[in-house]
Amino acid sequence: MPDVRVVNLTKKYGKVYALDNVSLTIHDQEYFSLLGPSGCGKTTLLRLIAGLIEPDGGEIYIGDRRVDDDPPEDRDIGFVFQTFALFPHMTAWSNVLYGPKVKNFDAKQAETIGHEVLELVKLNERLSAYPSELSGGMMQRIAVARALAAGAKTLLLDEPLGQLDAKVRNEIRYEIRRMAKDLKLTAIHVTHDQAEAMSISDRIAVMKKGRIVQIGTPQELYMNPNSLFVAFFIGESNFLEGYIAKTEGKLAELELRQGLKIKAINERSIKQEERVVLAIRPETCEMKLGRIPSENSLIGQIDKITFEGTVIRYEVRLDNGDRFVINRPSLTEAWVKTGEPVTITFPVEKAHLFPYPEAGLAEEIRV
Amino acid sequence: MLDKLWNTLNTLSSKKPLKYTLYLSAIAVFIGIILVPPIIGILTKTGSVQNIFNEPALMDAALGAIANSFIIGLIVSALDLLAGVPLAWFIARGKSRWLTVLDTLADLPFVVPTAALGYSLLLFWSSSGGISDLFGSTLVSPGWLLVMILHFTFSFPVVVRVVVGSLLDYKMEYERASRTLGAPPLTAARTVTFPIIKPSLIAAFTLAFARSLSETGATFIVAAGVFLNGPVFIQTMRNEFNSGAISEATFEGATVFASIILITVSLAIFALIRLFGQKFKLPFGHGLPLFEKKLSYRKAELTRNTIAIVVFLAIILTPSVFVALPAFQAIATGPTLIEVATGTGIWASYWQSLTLSYILGAIVTVLGIALGLPMAILITRKTFGKWLSALLDTLINIPIIVPSIALGISLKFFWQGVVTGIPEFLLLVFAHLSITYPYFVRSMSAAMERINLEMEEASRTLGAKPFMVFRSIVWPLTKYSILSGAIIVFTRSVSETGATLAVANQLQTAPVLIVNWVNSVRGAGAVIEGVNALNVGLACGLLILFSFIILLVLRVLTRKGKT
Repeated sequence: MPDVRVVNLTKKYGKVYALDNVSLTIHDQEYFSLLGPSGCGKTTLLRLIAGLIEPDGGEIYIGDRRVDDDPPEDRDIGFVFQTFALFPHMTAWSNVLYGPKVKNFDAKQAETIGHEVLELVKLNERLSAYPSELSGGMMQRIAVARALAAGAKTLLLDEPLGQLDAKVRNEIRYEIRRMAKDLKLTAIHVTHDQAEAMSISDRIAVMKKGRIVQIGTPQELYMNPNSLFVAFFIGESNFLEGYIAKTEGKLAELELRQGLKIKAINERSIKQEERVVLAIRPETCEMKLGRIPSENSLIGQIDKITFEGTVIRYEVRLDNGDRFVINRPSLTEAWVKTGEPVTITFPVEKAHLFPYPEAGLAEEIRV
Repeated sequence: MLDKLWNTLNTLSSKKPLKYTLYLSAIAVFIGIILVPPIIGILTKTGSVQNIFNEPALMDAALGAIANSFIIGLIVSALDLLAGVPLAWFIARGKSRWLTVLDTLADLPFVVPTAALGYSLLLFWSSSGGISDLFGSTLVSPGWLLVMILHFTFSFPVVVRVVVGSLLDYKMEYERASRTLGAPPLTAARTVTFPIIKPSLIAAFTLAFARSLSETGATFIVAAGVFLNGPVFIQTMRNEFNSGAISEATFEGATVFASIILITVSLAIFALIRLFGQKFKLPFGHGLPLFEKKLSYRKAELTRNTIAIVVFLAIILTPSVFVALPAFQAIATGPTLIEVATGTGIWASYWQSLTLSYILGAIVTVLGIALGLPMAILITRKTFGKWLSALLDTLINIPIIVPSIALGISLKFFWQGVVTGIPEFLLLVFAHLSITYPYFVRSMSAAMERINLEMEEASRTLGAKPFMVFRSIVWPLTKYSILSGAIIVFTRSVSETGATLAVANQLQTAPVLIVNWVNSVRGAGAVIEGVNALNVGLACGLLILFSFIILLVLRVLTRKGKT
């Protein structure tokens, strides 16, 4: 079973770099996601791997074979399109059998494979229907079945759930992963939905403006973002701007707006008096009623409360003017009212300190 | 002043009785002037068919001529598809800047008046000074082969245009999906693309066939009395009646007989194509033929494209514009250009005919837009229900598929029976309107289908009355299509020969003049003093030049619409 490797891959459209010197290895049988905002290059990368477009530079390997000069039909891949691209003039069954037919499978063998993949996608009805007669969920399953029936060992999925409603999307995403794992396929899944990527991927590559920003497991990306963009794009983060007032080994004392002082771990060895941004995830914080100053406490008052089912989202106006969001479980904690004073604390090791970006914070996290 | 007018029209447009009157009038005009008169015209003269049964030789000649029409039509349409699809593919999928030039050149035979085209082909293939010089003898003599080449030439752009359009509208994702499943490009085209664009391929075949059946003037030029097809037979009967060689009864009998058979068999063939065309499947084949893989990549693609371009240049384009040679020769001799410019001698009638053609074309275009617009709205928006819309959509096609000379004859019979002494000019207007009206309605309908209905609905929820919706939403989005449709109608009218010959004895449009001049030079018709080969070449060359200018204007305007 193949791994997939791209080395220094570049794709330009005019002067714009859709993909800028990207290198990446996807391991054999891994379920790998390419995650990022629209226009970040994730679909371009997937299409380059598929051979649907040609690179302007770099190399692509599937297994041990270099394939950047090979047409798509010679790369032994299965591709699931965002719009499904089911052939409108063929029934669902004919769509599924298309790959085996074209690859000269024995008729009986093709039929057996067809039934097997349809079993996998849990769709054995409406096979004589045409795509225009099927629901979105059914079309999606047929599209996956068609890609699997061709016998490819590498499965490429371009926002396969984008056309489906939320409930169906949630159900099918796990099924796709399960199928890929059962069939021992190497899967590359493109999505802009971080919840989708986090829930089904072994590893994720976060992309921005044609480059890979960070690769890691969902936990790694969430717990240890390597940039403000990843801290912003994956999950939610509060950003507090300030300066390094003092460095004490691995720790740094920060001075935030209006002289508010807190401590943070200085992983990146940022120098004293450098401007910084501290990223703190809402769910890592504790909140107490009242003003209880202590080390690394943020004091303010509740500005806005939003009930979101299992959590309550509190927007807090800190005494120094910054805004801070904190999520607390709705069922186990006492509710707090708007205007009440609160004290927020957070573990030092759960906050991430970054140098202030040259282009500005807003530009850095812009999608 | 203008604001007051818009307000008045706005108010009137929201009044249902007025709105429905407009639409009903459009239907009434279509039925009363375009659809029914030819049908009744022919039916009223059905009795005269008896006369031809008394002349078995003539009847045989008629049947033979009609059979030739259909055989040539079917063969030529198939050849047009065979040659046109690769060129269309190259134009639609290619990446060179020169493709726009090729795309424009591919349209040239379509806008050139067929009479000029016929003479150009005659010069190229059959006369000394043409390609025959290379072979020391006439390469293609006037007759069935030259007729086939002619029909192949003027139907070719129709096929290319339709197929290019459908390839550009086609979603490439289907082909990409096919290739990710292991199909090389040619297999993907055969198993996925062509089945999906099959309706367009059928439409292209049908239009090419209709055009071939209908063609009269150019066929008359290249057939030269040695080969008869349906329209040439009818025209020959007309000439013989005018010269007194046959009686009126024989003339009516022969022409009605030929027209009825032409119309009936045409309708039957088109109905069959419509019924069974969709069922025709290209074979999927079991597995992946190796030769398709070999034919899919660079070298084979290059060879294919080269052959397509060479065929187009050598058989379509060069012969089409070959008449420019005698045109330049005529200019070079000096006096001829001055005579042309001042309208001296034969050139007076040339300019008169051209003026008549263009005035007729303009009137027909304006009428076509005025009458065709409400019809297009009726059909696409299903104003009077789905069934009426579908019925009208089908009936609109009938004038396209009826051979124009048969249409002209039927119209003449009808109107001369209804209005004694009806002016020839009016007959010409009716004939040209009948032939060109469907083109405008088709073009406008296609443009309106592309407008998302929600945009009109949004406009109405914001308070816009129907006229305002048309002015602010439909018109801006379709004006370039309306313009394209108008130009197609205009050029079709200017080019029309068959129906013109059928209805007009005195008036002479430009194509009819060309036919008469060619016949004069070749001794196949009345001798016209002052007409020689160079003059004919110049006359055709000028017609082609004007047509090319119109084509360029169309290109510029429609490209503007896309930006």
